[in-house]
Amino acid sequence: MARFGMVIDTKKCVGCMDCVVACKTENDVPDGHCRDWISQRLQGEMPDLRLTITSERCNHCDSPPCVTCCPTGASHVQDFGKVVLVDHGKCIGCKACLAACPYGARFIHPDGYADKCTFCMHRVERGLAPACVDVCPTRCMYFGDLDDPESEVSRLIATRRHFVLKPDAGTRPRIFYLE
Amino acid sequence: MNRISRRRFLKIAGFGAGAAALAAASTRRLSGAIPAGTAGVRTVPTYCDICFWKCNAVAHVRDGQLWKIVGNPDDPLCQGRLCPRGTGGVGAHFDPDRLRAPLMRRKERGEEKWVEVTWDEALGYIAERMQTIKAKYGPEAVALFSHGIGGTFLKHTLRAYGITNSAAPSFAQCRGPRDVGFNLTFGEEIGSPERTDIRNARCLVLIGSHLGENMHNTQVQEFAEANGNGATIIVADPRFSIAASKAQHYLPVKPGTDLALLLAWMNVLVTEGLYDTDYVTQHGYGFDYFKAELAQYTPEWAYPETGIAPEIIRATAREMARHRPATLVHPGRHATWYGDDTQRSRAIALLNALLGSWGRKGGFYYPSSMDVPAYPYPPYPQSARGKVDNPKQRFPFATETITTGIREATITGQPYPVKGWFVYATNLIHAMPNQEETIRAIRALDLLVVVDVIPSEIAGWADVVLPEATYLERYDDLNVETFRDPFIALRQPVVTPPADQKPNWWIARELALKLGLGAYYPWHDIEEYLDFRLKGAGLSLAELKQKGLVRGPQQPLYFEDGVPAEFPTPSGKIEFYSTQLKDAGFDPVPRYTRPADGPPGTFRLLSGRAPVHTFSRTQSNPVLRDAMDENEVWVNGDVGARLGLHSGDYVRLRNQDGVVSDRVKARVTAAIRPDCVYMVHGFGHTSKGLRSTFGKGASDAQLMTRYAVDPLMGGTGINVNFVTIEQGA
Repeated sequence: MARFGMVIDTKKCVGCMDCVVACKTENDVPDGHCRDWISQRLQGEMPDLRLTITSERCNHCDSPPCVTCCPTGASHVQDFGKVVLVDHGKCIGCKACLAACPYGARFIHPDGYADKCTFCMHRVERGLAPACVDVCPTRCMYFGDLDDPESEVSRLIATRRHFVLKPDAGTRPRIFYLE
Repeated sequence: MNRISRRRFLKIAGFGAGAAALAAASTRRLSGAIPAGTAGVRTVPTYCDICFWKCNAVAHVRDGQLWKIVGNPDDPLCQGRLCPRGTGGVGAHFDPDRLRAPLMRRKERGEEKWVEVTWDEALGYIAERMQTIKAKYGPEAVALFSHGIGGTFLKHTLRAYGITNSAAPSFAQCRGPRDVGFNLTFGEEIGSPERTDIRNARCLVLIGSHLGENMHNTQVQEFAEANGNGATIIVADPRFSIAASKAQHYLPVKPGTDLALLLAWMNVLVTEGLYDTDYVTQHGYGFDYFKAELAQYTPEWAYPETGIAPEIIRATAREMARHRPATLVHPGRHATWYGDDTQRSRAIALLNALLGSWGRKGGFYYPSSMDVPAYPYPPYPQSARGKVDNPKQRFPFATETITTGIREATITGQPYPVKGWFVYATNLIHAMPNQEETIRAIRALDLLVVVDVIPSEIAGWADVVLPEATYLERYDDLNVETFRDPFIALRQPVVTPPADQKPNWWIARELALKLGLGAYYPWHDIEEYLDFRLKGAGLSLAELKQKGLVRGPQQPLYFEDGVPAEFPTPSGKIEFYSTQLKDAGFDPVPRYTRPADGPPGTFRLLSGRAPVHTFSRTQSNPVLRDAMDENEVWVNGDVGARLGLHSGDYVRLRNQDGVVSDRVKARVTAAIRPDCVYMVHGFGHTSKGLRSTFGKGASDAQLMTRYAVDPLMGGTGINVNFVTIEQGA
């Protein structure tokens, strides 16, 4: 069984937000909310500055606190791709998952349920990449099966220096950022 | 005197067979598209209009509603990937602030009090006023300001009426100095899309050019590709831009001293013998004079000017030489900064010439275009009066009409009166410096007509506002692209306009009919026009409607591929020394003049672009507004500490002439020098109709009351304004 993950090359990313805009149109994300976003971290002093740009979203963690804390079972790990999803019908909008997620990846949809990145499962099931990956003009994003050592994502993680967000949270996130 | 050449490029005829072969080979599935046959989803290929890059796109309509837009994978410009603005283009259709019906002014100009009228009333009124102006002052008294391909038909109608003055801010407020500077040197312009071979560059030098924030799609894609391939990136910018963050060498140059840096780089290349001697010997003209001139501009001389240490100037010059000819010193695009911009652009051209990058892989390629015959219209009336923008060739090297020259003539009535303005898709209040002058010119008019999609600030000053359908709701003229890979593309309607908006071709044709100029519109519907042109090229509208674009065979790109190394300058060579500049009383080799500093305690105001907005045209687009709804003013961290200013605090900026901006959020950061502040252009809307973005952020244009005019071509340098920061806004 596949275990989907994402690799994002911060060397190439320019933080243009195309991933954010593409997600919004692809998934009809309501105004004022987003399922992915850009963070920038500036370090150093002029002229020895260093800027790290990260395109962020739900990390589809291997140890997802949003799933363990969910009182109704709405937040769950789907078999296909081990992707973390929310069953809108079961969700009561209690926000426990919003508090549990160390990445701030979730929001309450105006229709009353917790919403977040789905890794565009409706596209992946058809053999397409997630909308953010497909739109990126710098081609800095990769999507694939982390359990397949031959996949592009596995090869990139094996060969390039990389980091994950908040490794100390113990969530074992599945979005890897290349340095 | 002026022997500057117009853009010259290879035109390909008889491409039918090649295009067919390419089309056959290209059956890839549309990336990002729902597979054909998905219930309820219809796809329509078209080309984008959120900026002027004109990427080819595929719009998706779901259950009759516009859903999303993705790049067309067959497009050589976007390679299947739109930029965030193009992706957010759906918002242009849904924008609740957009103009819905023709409007006529019922109070004073600029009060934005309107009455909705029918198209017949609006166009009838305009035609009547135009005939009055023609009878009293002649047709030359009407001028057109237009941006983008959508203005084609309006320009046709107005030329049939007899206008001679037609301008776009893209020349005197943007790329003009660059194109003139390169033309004076190589005999050719850079053009748009830029003929920069970024993809193959081994060393890329950016001077103030902030690719990644400035989201010209192909350029950004190739920038990322070159960066990913390990090209050396050198960025000179007073601000640590996104591009700077990708650079191995970041040079925080003092604003306004770029020319000093360029001269010092060239000094190193020549002094150390690192330049391409064969190339310069074979193609150069006046090199010895140039070399002698350069001797004074040592890195030690440049240090106090630029703030860049001599060893860094030397190291970066050597790095450029190491990768030549695949070293591309990017010419930039928005180049109207300090009034010496043509000479700065010429210095960039000369630096490229020393590196031998013009006409070479990884430098500047030779673009080509396909030959599509023009529609055979009757000839336009000829005028003996000439244009108003540049009397007595005051700016001897202007190759296009100068917007601000028309503005000046409108105010003074010299060399002859200008009494009517048509403004198409360009928000002149934000696009030209010194808003007071623009408003003074408007007050001198008998007629101001604005054709636009949104109620821009310039529309607020109009007598008649004509609401245009967005690019997703209309046909436009064919895009016959001049690029590395030539192609012909179609813009076609995806959805219908939500209210009484009309396509520009319809507006222009109806106006022509009202003016009695029906002979200039032998076609009744634009499909007839498009099909006629396409048939002339061996294609058909039906084919373009289905494919969106047809590509032509790629032509040789570089000298090494067989492009003849010809330079249509007066000497027929690359002009290190320019006789025509000397004859016109200008420096034949660029010379540095130190820019004037501002009053003590002030900051030089710099501006630039954000990746999710185009000029002042997209801030009300709900999708793009959601991504960025206000701009910020970047303030150096030490300055912020001194002022007790924190990121997120609202401030106002006051310029040297007492103009105070709207409130704008401060971004206190180490990423900008202490002698300047920076804002993204396009925010700070004051049009009451732009409800969603009114009062969000501040307008840089409002603060640009001063401008330095380029004596060579009339460009308006805007980085000559200084501001203080007022807290507690």
